[in-house]
Amino acid sequence: MTEPITLQWLSRGDFVSRTPHARLLGMEMVSFEANRGVIRLPWREDLEGDTDTRVLSGGAVTALLDHACGLAVTASMIKPSSCATLDLRIDYQRPAEPGKAVTAEAHCYRMTRQIAFVRASAWDESPDHPLATAQATFVLTALKVRDP
Amino acid sequence: MSEQLDAALKAMPYTALLGMSGELAGDELITRMPFREDLVGNTWLPAIHGGAIGAFLELTALLSLRLRIEARRAPLTIGVTVEYLRPGRPKETFAQARFKRMGRTIANLHVEAWQDESRTPIALLQGRFLIGDTPD
Repeated sequence: MTEPITLQWLSRGDFVSRTPHARLLGMEMVSFEANRGVIRLPWREDLEGDTDTRVLSGGAVTALLDHACGLAVTASMIKPSSCATLDLRIDYQRPAEPGKAVTAEAHCYRMTRQIAFVRASAWDESPDHPLATAQATFVLTALKVRDP
Repeated sequence: MSEQLDAALKAMPYTALLGMSGELAGDELITRMPFREDLVGNTWLPAIHGGAIGAFLELTALLSLRLRIEARRAPLTIGVTVEYLRPGRPKETFAQARFKRMGRTIANLHVEAWQDESRTPIALLQGRFLIGDTPD
């Protein structure tokens, strides 16, 4: 199997720290390998969905899962392309524990020339006890190369 | 109703992070999310992050639910399906939720987000929400 060239590309430019919205939420890159990506979201008060229960907003979980899926897709590319979310389904199994960081791991299990299929899950304590699972598809488009 | 909206926005800190606000026309709620650089997901296009659009749609559904079921506890999201139709351009985004079913336990809502014209939505959300306790 051909090693995805984008693995080198990802290690040069941080997929998380160079994305404005990921930076706004405070996401941190944990790891990536061929077809997979892991991103962590540390707890922050302004990410709360509800001031009474203090659980992490579903919106923050959505953004984290979407970005982890994008990382897994990028880590699967044979040549650098741009990817855009086509659809994203999230099932919330339980609320996140207030005060705890949430980690999302995504696996791009199938990639055609134009479409990538991804599964992901998010957890706080243990990957065996996810708080949300996701299924997504992405569309790949040729990258317009800009001068560095 | 507008006091309820202010209270609901204040009770959901993530709406402030996204810079969301709402406008009421009678009992119809239209939410807005002005463009900001830190909403961008793709700096090449540039386009708003899919996660920001997904969150905006989900929060619009939750806000609409809170206005409708004031007396009961805060709704919980069971699941959402988001379909992205067009890139979110660097301009203001609007959204409106439609109630498809309000049961005692479950509410089903569809939400559309648009920028220039409501006829050409940029994203759609189908959401399933827990709004009441299951009878023992």
